[in-house]
Amino acid sequence: MLYAILCYHDEDFVGSWSKEQDAAVMKKLAVVQEKLAKQGRLGPVARLLPTTAATTLRKDDPPLVIDGPYAETKEQLLGFYLVDCQNLDDALDVARDLGAANPGGAYEVRPVGMFAPGSARP
Amino acid sequence: MTDTAWIDAALTSARPQAVGALLRYFRDLDTAEEAFQNACLRALKSWPQNGPPRDPAAWLIMVGRNVAIDEVRRNRKQQPLPEDDQAISDLDDAEDALAERLDGSHYRDDILRLLFICCHPDLPATQQIALALRIVSGLTVKQIARAFLVGDAAMEQRITRAKARVADADVPFETPGAVERGERLLAVAAMIYLIFNEGYSASGDTAEIRKPLCEEAIRLARLLLRLFPSEPEIMGLMALLLLQHARAAARFDAEGALVLLDDQDRSLWNKTLIAEGLALIDKAMRHRASGPYQIQAAVAALHCRAEKPEDTDWKQIDLLYGALELVQPSPVVTLNRAVAVSKVRGAEAALEMIEPLAPRLSNYFHFFGVRGAFLMQLGRNDEARIAFDRAIALANTSAEAAHIRMHLDRLMRDSKPGGKKAGK
Repeated sequence: MLYAILCYHDEDFVGSWSKEQDAAVMKKLAVVQEKLAKQGRLGPVARLLPTTAATTLRKDDPPLVIDGPYAETKEQLLGFYLVDCQNLDDALDVARDLGAANPGGAYEVRPVGMFAPGSARP
Repeated sequence: MTDTAWIDAALTSARPQAVGALLRYFRDLDTAEEAFQNACLRALKSWPQNGPPRDPAAWLIMVGRNVAIDEVRRNRKQQPLPEDDQAISDLDDAEDALAERLDGSHYRDDILRLLFICCHPDLPATQQIALALRIVSGLTVKQIARAFLVGDAAMEQRITRAKARVADADVPFETPGAVERGERLLAVAAMIYLIFNEGYSASGDTAEIRKPLCEEAIRLARLLLRLFPSEPEIMGLMALLLLQHARAAARFDAEGALVLLDDQDRSLWNKTLIAEGLALIDKAMRHRASGPYQIQAAVAALHCRAEKPEDTDWKQIDLLYGALELVQPSPVVTLNRAVAVSKVRGAEAALEMIEPLAPRLSNYFHFFGVRGAFLMQLGRNDEARIAFDRAIALANTSAEAAHIRMHLDRLMRDSKPGGKKAGK
């Protein structure tokens, strides 16, 4: 089953990392990702730009466009992984591995209902 | 990350909010800063053992306040304390309550105030910048001195003087009204723009040292935009800084010489910063409330969108500078517009456009550099040489002078018998 691992963290805090700190975290995460990729379990991975670049469309009638992220909370959605896992325990193990590489914040682990791989590339 | 690294990051990110709240509480910058320092010292002791608090800023404000109050108490044992100062014995219990009080507009105005006092109109620009970097960003005097290329003692003095001036001035502590908030916002935006320019106008040999100024300006702009997420001009400012900074790696060659936009290796441009800048300018434009930062960002965006120099939409840039001339008339804006005009309608028209600026820009390096370039394109080499000579005399950095000298060398080559014919 495909699981989404949604990465939440305090954006100000992550933004305070020096370039070196940021690179060190990404390097550690890459190790975990590589392991998953080798097992053929890793789907798309995304790191989102800061929430200041976000726009929200409220599906009211008529739809309302609002500046900023959907929810104004202490922790923001900063990125996500899609990983093929046996079950929730398995998915939580992956999240633990990722968390060991990048402590702080929280991962929301959610089974994926529909997935279309698409073909867009940056 | 190691313990100290994450604590450093947490302290840095909490700083504006914490110092801003402590300033509102103590109404004195030195006391607020000292309280924050003391709180940081305690954090360094407590956090590695107890783990990070859920809300680092609230923790620092509370501890900073209590430590300072204890001090007052020690100094003035006999005097009863105001009711509000009841010592909070258990920090963990009180954290929630305080965090709630910190939420919302209070802390937004705290940070804005902190930034705003650094833009005091009596302070010269360099002092404003130094003060903001010290107080809001929390850079050390040594770091700031390095970025400004001055000695530590001189910078220490500059900051002390600026602080004294701010202390004498009336700092507005009441919650600002909408109009006043808007005015503060613009003053702060201008100051952030100054910080960026201070870093951006560095020459090749100092660009690396001064880069932190650009990065700090971007961090402050981001902070401001988080507080005011629907202000198109703040989006514009943020976009402008990101798009300019995205080109940093391509702006100087290995010898530290300036590389002009047309000659830059565009693969060195930072695509992530560009993506964020473009997203922000797109967002800002939707508000249909144009302003100088948005227009400048839109120009920068057109450059960043062009994969090759010849893809640049100069026509649109000409129009944008025309719009900027209307909202912010300045000979420098017209000079920039003339460069776009030279690409669209030729050097003759561009030269005609800048001639009237001569009296007002008679001491401006770029005026003579641009004028020389137009004249050179028209094959008026003798006049071009005079303009370039003047530009060199006015150059602010060695990189600027070196760049003009390159043009002069080409003129010399071209005017020799058998040399290439002038013009493009």
